Amino acid sequence: MFVAGKYDVIVIGAGHAGIEAGLAAARLGCKTLLTTLSLENLAMMPCNPSIGGSAKGHLVREVDALGGQMGIVADQTCIQFRTLNTGKGFAVQALRAQADKKIYQAAMKKVCENTDNLDLKQLLIENILVERNKIVGVTAETGETFLASAVILASGTYLSGRIIIGESIFDGGPNGQRAAVKLSTALKNLGVKLMRFKTGTPARVDARTLDFSKMEIQRGDSGMQNFSFLTETPANNQVCCYLTYTNERTHEILRRNLHRAPMANGIIEGVGPRYCPSIESKIIRFPDKERHQLFLEPEGLNTQEFYVQGMSTSMPADVQIEFLHTIPGLENAKIMRHGYAIEYDCLDPLQLKPTLEFKSIAGFFSAGQSNGSSGYEEAAAQGLIAGINAAALVKNFPPLILKRSESYIGVLIDDLVTKGTAEPYRMMTSRAEYRLLLRQDNADIRLTPYAIDIGLASVERAEKFNRKLAEISAANKILTETKITPSAEVNARLAAAGIAEIKNSLPLAELMRRPNVTYEKLRDIFSLPEISAAAASQVEISFFYEGYIKKQAELAAKLDRLENKIIPENINYHAIQNLRVEAREKLSEIRPRSIGQAARISGVSPADISVLVVYLETFS
Amino acid sequence: MKTEDTISAISTALGTAGVGIIRLSGENSIAIAEKIFDRPLLTAPDRKIIFGHIKNSAGEIVDEVLVLIMRAPKSYTRENVVEIQCHGGTEVLREILSLTFQAGARPAERGEFTKRAFLNGRLDLTQAQAVLDVIQAKTSTALSVAQNQLAGKTSKKIRAIRTEILGVLAHIEALIDFPEDDLDDAITADLDAKISAQIDAVKIFLANQRSGKILREGLETAIIGKPNVGKSSLLNFLAETDRAIVTDIPGTTRDSIEEFVSIRGVPLKIIDTAGIRSSDNPVEKIGIERAKNCASRAELILALFDGSREISAEDLEILRLIDGRSAIILLTKADLPRVIDTAQFENFTAISVKTGAGVEDFLDAIAEKVGSVNAEMNFVRDEREADLLRRAVENLEEARVTLAKNIGIDFVAIDLRAALELLSELTGESVTEDVINEIFSKFCIGK
Repeated sequence: MFVAGKYDVIVIGAGHAGIEAGLAAARLGCKTLLTTLSLENLAMMPCNPSIGGSAKGHLVREVDALGGQMGIVADQTCIQFRTLNTGKGFAVQALRAQADKKIYQAAMKKVCENTDNLDLKQLLIENILVERNKIVGVTAETGETFLASAVILASGTYLSGRIIIGESIFDGGPNGQRAAVKLSTALKNLGVKLMRFKTGTPARVDARTLDFSKMEIQRGDSGMQNFSFLTETPANNQVCCYLTYTNERTHEILRRNLHRAPMANGIIEGVGPRYCPSIESKIIRFPDKERHQLFLEPEGLNTQEFYVQGMSTSMPADVQIEFLHTIPGLENAKIMRHGYAIEYDCLDPLQLKPTLEFKSIAGFFSAGQSNGSSGYEEAAAQGLIAGINAAALVKNFPPLILKRSESYIGVLIDDLVTKGTAEPYRMMTSRAEYRLLLRQDNADIRLTPYAIDIGLASVERAEKFNRKLAEISAANKILTETKITPSAEVNARLAAAGIAEIKNSLPLAELMRRPNVTYEKLRDIFSLPEISAAAASQVEISFFYEGYIKKQAELAAKLDRLENKIIPENINYHAIQNLRVEAREKLSEIRPRSIGQAARISGVSPADISVLVVYLETFS
Repeated sequence: MKTEDTISAISTALGTAGVGIIRLSGENSIAIAEKIFDRPLLTAPDRKIIFGHIKNSAGEIVDEVLVLIMRAPKSYTRENVVEIQCHGGTEVLREILSLTFQAGARPAERGEFTKRAFLNGRLDLTQAQAVLDVIQAKTSTALSVAQNQLAGKTSKKIRAIRTEILGVLAHIEALIDFPEDDLDDAITADLDAKISAQIDAVKIFLANQRSGKILREGLETAIIGKPNVGKSSLLNFLAETDRAIVTDIPGTTRDSIEEFVSIRGVPLKIIDTAGIRSSDNPVEKIGIERAKNCASRAELILALFDGSREISAEDLEILRLIDGRSAIILLTKADLPRVIDTAQFENFTAISVKTGAGVEDFLDAIAEKVGSVNAEMNFVRDEREADLLRRAVENLEEARVTLAKNIGIDFVAIDLRAALELLSELTGESVTEDVINEIFSKFCIGK
């Protein structure tokens, strides 16, 4: 055995999960090795050229609030920004941005290459070394062995990846990359339970062959819109996207060729995501829909490639070009890359603890698509948590387990490790019980204290955050304590600002509960201290929506009580006779960390939970 | 287990006991009891009987009660416990229970008082083992009872309501989670109409709550009248006809003081039959007292007057007793010449159980008084279910208010989700997964 190096933490894969994991571990002082099978393809976006969106935008904000990298680089390199869900409620507003894929990758690579404690190395990892249920290291294709206290699997869709374009099927990772076949086998040999998932991507077409005049133009939103709490510059909108629709002719071609669709004819075995169906499955599942929308999105500033959003397909090449040509604006489109489906192995996430460490192998973590999730943002979030918790193991500090009531990241990981997933898991706001509390705007207030505590927040971040907190608390104090009386002068000043007159004396805080009253307006009238826009918006939200937020906060606090009831790791469920057999089995398999988590396991009833609580209080 | 929830339940067996007890346990139990009581309790001494009245939200007196406060940890559950001793009629008990819910308590789960006692260290290990068995057994039984109940027509209807609300919620959630997809907008007026329709549907259940209770437990009916007026004969007549069906109330034993008869499908629970039988003894002197006591607990009164005799002072007292109550006046012994002056009575039925004269009119009169009650109706099983439905309605009403405020559909989703959680407690389904499944089955998602 040739031992080529010894590390605290080794990360397998440098995609969105691997990068966050590697950066977090290195920044927390661990000697870290970040491996990738191609140094050209760090932080690759093999699917859509965008970051964020509903719930996903929230994840990026949370990653940033915890000291992650995705938000900062996205702000620097994205070329169009839009805020979604405006008008649907402030808690679900979400930022979505078009990325310049190449520039994003280059920026991420630069960050990785310039981070202390982090070694970046091109390697195909083939084996995981475990001794007595404890991680030892990894072996690469080159025969090199690297030893480590912790290893993080972030292998994305590369595990036994198989590409399918109609009748053309070959082993491979996304975007013409190699697949990691031996690693899949190595995991199986370690007793890791694998699942087979599938996902797909649409064709890329040449911008020079598109007629944009036949499409609806979609521009970015102006103003301050950033993923990172550190970014101070306004959104940089440099490109437009375009909207067009399929029609009956498109559908007819697809229907005529359905027997050649790998997902319909049995070639594809993996389970695909319902939220991202291929165009052929849309036609099958919604036969009455007369048209399906598609967006043409640029892949970057320095390329003619356009991504055909909404047209994911694994149809044969001849069918792809035929149906694309029926779409207004795409009549003469030239395909630069075909759409394809990819099947890959991922592990059943029920095998993981909420720290993302394997229950059966100490020091072995997994994050991202290898855990059955999908999406760059979901991957980054898990990577960050796995990186922090690997460092926690090495440096011996308590692990970071976020609650469902405090973050989308908490919901994401809890869902994965408690309920598992039957399809590639995507974050959605409807998965979060308390989304009024989990807003984009307060991600820093929710999570940055953890980053400061762990040591992942830069000095700049910590200072900026503390300044914001101070501003908020000062503003709250002055608004609550300043009473105004209904004098003619006061009412005249209010009227001038478009605020209805007051009849009784009241604190300024009361005015803040009225619609359209902003801190800025009151500041002008009553000469309040100047605070940042971010702080003002927190103040406004906290007063205007106080009732709703309080209601959810109370419910969340109730839930948290169960989360705080920790179940001893060595509990023997089979010894609890009053538990139903199904519950005993489920609990033994998942080994929940807390009563709260146990209550979310399917097949465990409220009666079982009562029994468990009673048992813990009495017999342990 | 430290918990902020205060629980409340009727802790005496349902039936015609003279006294009923409602027990509250939890940190806020004293404050909650104080809200519905007409005397201060928070400052009241421990373990002393306090006399007063329970009042409803309109300030009307519901019952005269005795309240006993046992502050933590000196109580069965080692939490603050309040016991409200009231009159034994089921109606009164249910109303007070329902007031405790409105004041902030939640319905106790089956066996929850004992569970809390146990969790707070009140029971020893041997007892604990027994409790573990009980919790599991009780909840399973409760579950199977609930499943039986829900297997019927009621269940279908509640599921249908739930499905409708799920549909509205899934639409909103789809718009939020997939803002760039080509989905129909949520039109405020449409959403409002859909939510209103479901509020109405749930309200039917609540309106039928009384009917359901009557069907399950019988309408508490008193037969009153002076001695020898024919109460016993009427009871025997009703009981002997084949209409008599006897049903057991779960958890209670029928004793000799009540009898079930079914009139045109409406079960009547005749109370104090023991008293009826003994009062027909001519030497009995306490007829009026007994009648008063009996009538005070009844939901329906059958007041008997001897048609073959002059009206007496006792009769007049009975007339006063039924003033303003749901009562049917029967002139008995119609087979004998009528002597009584009928000008006293606004409405009456002359009846002879000997000849059968007037019996059909009497049965009609009962059916008319009780209103239509039939097994095809949608109704809930108990106060706990009614409470879940009431809270679901509250959340749906709030959804409409939120909708009108126009501050974003996300807020509407919150109220709808809360309503859905409550309905799902009745049907035993999960919410989050169902919403997500609904989104994907109804909407073509995938930008």
